[in-house]
Amino acid sequence: MSTPATTHFRAKEFRLGSFLFTGLTGAATFLILAILVVILTDVVIHGLPNLSWRFVSTIPKKDIFDPATTGILPMIVGTTIRVLLMTIFVLPVGVITAVYLTEYAPNTALLTRIIRAAVNNLAGVPSVVFGLFGLGFFINFVGKNLDAILHNGSQAWGQPSLIWASLTLAVMTLPVVIVATEESLKAVPPGLREASLALGATKLKTIVKIVLPQALPGILTGGILSISRAAGEVAPILFTGVAYYMSTLPTHLTDQFMDLGYDVFVLSTQSPNIDKTQPILYATVLVLLILTFALNIVAILIRSNMRRKMRLLQ
Amino acid sequence: MTQLMPEISLPKIVPAEARTGVPAGSQALISIENLSLYYGASKALKNISLTLGERVVTAFIGPSGCGKSTLLRCLNRMNDLIDNVRIEGAVKIGGHDIYDSAVDVIELRKRVGMVFQKSNPFPKSIFENVAYGLRLHGLKDQGSLAAAVEESLRGAALWDEVKDRLHASALGLSGGQQQRLCIARAIAIKPEIILMDEPASALDPIATARVEELILELKENFTIVIVTHNMQQAARISDFTAFFYIGELVEFDATAKVFTNPAKKQTEDYVTGRFG
Repeated sequence: MSTPATTHFRAKEFRLGSFLFTGLTGAATFLILAILVVILTDVVIHGLPNLSWRFVSTIPKKDIFDPATTGILPMIVGTTIRVLLMTIFVLPVGVITAVYLTEYAPNTALLTRIIRAAVNNLAGVPSVVFGLFGLGFFINFVGKNLDAILHNGSQAWGQPSLIWASLTLAVMTLPVVIVATEESLKAVPPGLREASLALGATKLKTIVKIVLPQALPGILTGGILSISRAAGEVAPILFTGVAYYMSTLPTHLTDQFMDLGYDVFVLSTQSPNIDKTQPILYATVLVLLILTFALNIVAILIRSNMRRKMRLLQ
Repeated sequence: MTQLMPEISLPKIVPAEARTGVPAGSQALISIENLSLYYGASKALKNISLTLGERVVTAFIGPSGCGKSTLLRCLNRMNDLIDNVRIEGAVKIGGHDIYDSAVDVIELRKRVGMVFQKSNPFPKSIFENVAYGLRLHGLKDQGSLAAAVEESLRGAALWDEVKDRLHASALGLSGGQQQRLCIARAIAIKPEIILMDEPASALDPIATARVEELILELKENFTIVIVTHNMQQAARISDFTAFFYIGELVEFDATAKVFTNPAKKQTEDYVTGRFG
């Protein structure tokens, strides 16, 4: 009786392609991890020893390049406020746009397709262009006209300030919120909408009472992503609100502000003595990372709290 | 049960009220007149005419894609939600054409409730699920809300099972309980008509039996139109049965007649399980 040529299930030959591909994906992942680890360890090792309570709680009086006396309180305050203001602006506008696109707009209509294309293209516009847009639109157009109407032409709104920088960032991160919200709206089961409508609810009631509460965690994900994107951005605020130096903290929406990201740029390019300012540069970068992280953590905590509440209902 | 009838054309005497679906002692409530429905260019319903009586259970049966669910959704205008749907003919409820431009869809859906194939409770508490429709239509007083919720849950034979956990999530209920909750939610706003789109198709036999019992109880107060794939179910719970095939109404008669002595060969083949 002849036995078949192969009675076992072992691979006959070494599969080179498969092996190489596995290696390649592994290497790519490792590379990303390695870059992250290198950046973080470098920043922490050099930044942490120079970080002190005095440094983060001091408003620099004269020389922002003097490690002994300078501080970054105004930068922390400025960055935090501009990010929070941006979130307040971008979430409602982004959510309403996404609701229109998913719930109201006819899917195949030309206008809908144009809006979608515009949103996608908006996401690809370089941030410096948003900065110039903010300068041209918000400051020179909206601000100048507001001054002409409200202040008889004296300058209050028509200059770089917190509100314009935040609005510029909001425009920049709008696509992020729109796309995230759209995805989460689409994930709400159609059966829930039908159930509500069949009970005699209007479309608006259905969206407000049933659809949006379900989509809230996804909307917050959009908010988190936009915070991450905006916190470290310098280019859009360059023309629209950031100050090289201010002796006081901003108190009004129309005040200029100092910013961590911009301060990193200033410290690394404008310093009269690079070696002397390097420690505070590291410390500032570390604080910027921590702040971005903290803002994210807050948003993530809000979201997980919301998810937990929803899970209790599931 | 059914015997193979040779093709002899015996004169069949069908009482007039049986053909219209309105038994003696009942009044016509829904009348569908020459209704055709198009999805874009394709005609999904072809000249349907039917009259359904008040407080009668009417079953729509037929193979998948025959248009029975589509017709059901015409009765509370749920098809309005779909793009590209065009309707010809009329659907009259209590004598009023519900496709008249003056009709308020909200009011219509208040009078014509619906229970769906897949139970779809809101991700809210049991109480809030039932209270949702009541609040929508303006009931605010906590006492009356609680009373109405209890009444509806009792009406849906669910009260005893959930009375101790009214504020727990509706999603923690079993499939059958969820479907009865959806029925409670529908009857809470006191519609005249309840449309049921295969309400038991996702349930196990025991839960199905409970829902069927419930339908027979609800018949006392509501007019029920039910779409079902389950032949025995249609036979058990309905007074009248309409058989559809590819968008056409093939036969409509008293349920006992349709299942034991159908007029058309096609109906007989379907109810005896020879196709479909």
